[in-house]
Amino acid sequence: MTGHVPPRGGSAASQGLHRAVAALGERGPLAEQMGPYFGEFGGRFVPEALVAALDELDTAYHKALADPAFGAELERLHRTYTGRPSPLTEVPRFAEHVGGRARVFLKREDLNHTGSHKINNVLGQALLVKRMGKKRVIAETGAGQHGVATATAAALLDLDCTVYMGEEDTRRQALNVARMRLLGAEVVPVRIGSRTLKDAINEALRDWVANVETTHYLLGTVTGPHPFPEMVRDFHRVIGEEARAQLAEETGRLPDAVAACVGGGSNAMGIFNAFVDEPDVRLFGFEAGGEGIDSGRHASRFSGGAPGVLHGARSYLLQDSDGQTLPTHSVSAGLDYPSVGPAHAWLHSLGRATYRPVTDTEAMDAFALLCRTEGIIPAIESAHALAGVLALGPELDSWALDHDPLILVNLSGRGDKDVSTAAQWFGLLEEDV
Amino acid sequence: MTDIGRGSAARLHALRDQGRAALIGYLPLGYPDVDGSVDAALAMVDAGVDVVELGVPYTDPVMDGPTIQHAVEHALAAGTRVRDVFGAVERIAASGAPVLVMTYWNPVLRYGVGPFARDLAAAGGAGLITPDLIPDEATEWVAASDEHHLDRVFLVAPSSTPERLAMTAAAARGFVYAASTMGVTGTRAQVGDQAERLVRDTRAAGADLVCVGLGVSTAAQATQVAGFADGVIVGSALVRALLDATDAAAGRRELARVAAELAAGVGSARG
Repeated sequence: MTGHVPPRGGSAASQGLHRAVAALGERGPLAEQMGPYFGEFGGRFVPEALVAALDELDTAYHKALADPAFGAELERLHRTYTGRPSPLTEVPRFAEHVGGRARVFLKREDLNHTGSHKINNVLGQALLVKRMGKKRVIAETGAGQHGVATATAAALLDLDCTVYMGEEDTRRQALNVARMRLLGAEVVPVRIGSRTLKDAINEALRDWVANVETTHYLLGTVTGPHPFPEMVRDFHRVIGEEARAQLAEETGRLPDAVAACVGGGSNAMGIFNAFVDEPDVRLFGFEAGGEGIDSGRHASRFSGGAPGVLHGARSYLLQDSDGQTLPTHSVSAGLDYPSVGPAHAWLHSLGRATYRPVTDTEAMDAFALLCRTEGIIPAIESAHALAGVLALGPELDSWALDHDPLILVNLSGRGDKDVSTAAQWFGLLEEDV
Repeated sequence: MTDIGRGSAARLHALRDQGRAALIGYLPLGYPDVDGSVDAALAMVDAGVDVVELGVPYTDPVMDGPTIQHAVEHALAAGTRVRDVFGAVERIAASGAPVLVMTYWNPVLRYGVGPFARDLAAAGGAGLITPDLIPDEATEWVAASDEHHLDRVFLVAPSSTPERLAMTAAAARGFVYAASTMGVTGTRAQVGDQAERLVRDTRAAGADLVCVGLGVSTAAQATQVAGFADGVIVGSALVRALLDATDAAAGRRELARVAAELAAGVGSARG
């Protein structure tokens, strides 16, 4: 299913993009790039003890891809359990605040079972776990969305489940801790290092090294050693493919821009992937700008980071001059991570996608705006993408379009988990007596 | 195989000729501070450690258990810098013991692989042990270590396939580090029999020297491992001696006591 692309002259920038995509196309579509390397990024910087398991996973994954029964089972689960296809919602009252006659459509991953896009990848990997004959899954979680999705799939498919979560995050996201425990998962608070997502990943990797024979590490994003970046992207492809078809049906066109928040980058990669080989479609990834880049309290890898290795892959990384990982900050636990998927670093280096920081305040303002204009409470992660789109308003003219700008936003999760953070932020609670 | 100079292989061969395995002792740079870690390493050598493994503190040590994590976190909080490793290596190497630096890969990448190799060689270091760098990703390090005649100690694990054992043995220089068990550093009640099998398989895959680490903490375990490996690598048990002490001097005394016990254990392995 493809959208109709009207011919047009386009700006100098868009002609540059055309050339970049055309040159790259000679090496095959960007959307089909396979690991271990995405340009100079990716790889496998892991202990030797894990290599056999990564090879086993790679083999199982490619076997499953070639097996129609696997695809059919995943499709059935998505239809009957996840609730796919997720709707596409036009948000005209929100779009008025973007200006420039923009039309804005939200891809409603927030309406998936468990409340975010994370379930797409989790169900795919959990089916692979069954095929590999393993009985136990472990996962890391920041905001708790991936942990909840993993605990859910483990309950559904009868797997033992342990979720590692930084102690700081177990406090910020207490409700999700309870959800995971209700679903039968063991939640282990991690009390070492910065006690956030990166330390939860360290602990999950240590568990995996010790238990790799019986255990699968169900990694939640497009980071980590090969084959995780390509495999997790592929399990999220469905987001962009559905959105492209839905938007074509609504408008008869491709979007002029696609926007998503980027923590590890799985929801962004999932929606970008359907458009990455379309030179007329601008791709925007919005990172956590925290209290501002100058404050040093942020998680904007492309604004404040440099290439380096963390958790198995070479990518952009927030690090000091010694190569030590820097502490990060974001109002959103799900974007609070010092590295980013290697394929994003690759798209950045090619100039194919643009990555910009969005501050805590900008994100929370956009969060409130969507609540009030459209009756949708977004995850604070997704609110970063909304804020990024609001800031695009003034530059829409420079796109030199012959039609009203069409912007597609991945609304990657719902904000139920963030209600207490938002209530505090906006002072919505009665004063304590 | 016939590497000359400061490499660890010459020492391991000399010990093998005496019918003895080497005791390789790990300590992190910067615990309790940089000078204190140098003093501790020298005390360990005096007590019978043959080869020193000096760890560069790193924020995300995924192959280390709680004991080493704790010491490393302290070393970083105390302001230890990566560049401090070169001066420390120089002072420890002056004792005559080969000094290998154990480091996760990102600090080396950030410093520059070539410059790191150059400065380590200039300080008299023997080479690197790289827990999260497999030979598949080591092209730049292989070239730099060739240029500066440094050991490159890669790890093998009980999960390694015969093909990977052969590839790793061929890429290594100095010795191959066999992980006794699937897991991270830390003390364990016993050394499993998979360690002996892994040493045998790694030798059969072409490795000349194979040393065993992870989970070796007592003299009895050292005796057992020294019976089938070219070296016994001990970390957490030595670090624990420093961590539990009330002050630095007491820590060094306890460290020396543990090191001497381990050395006696290694020495009693073969006639």
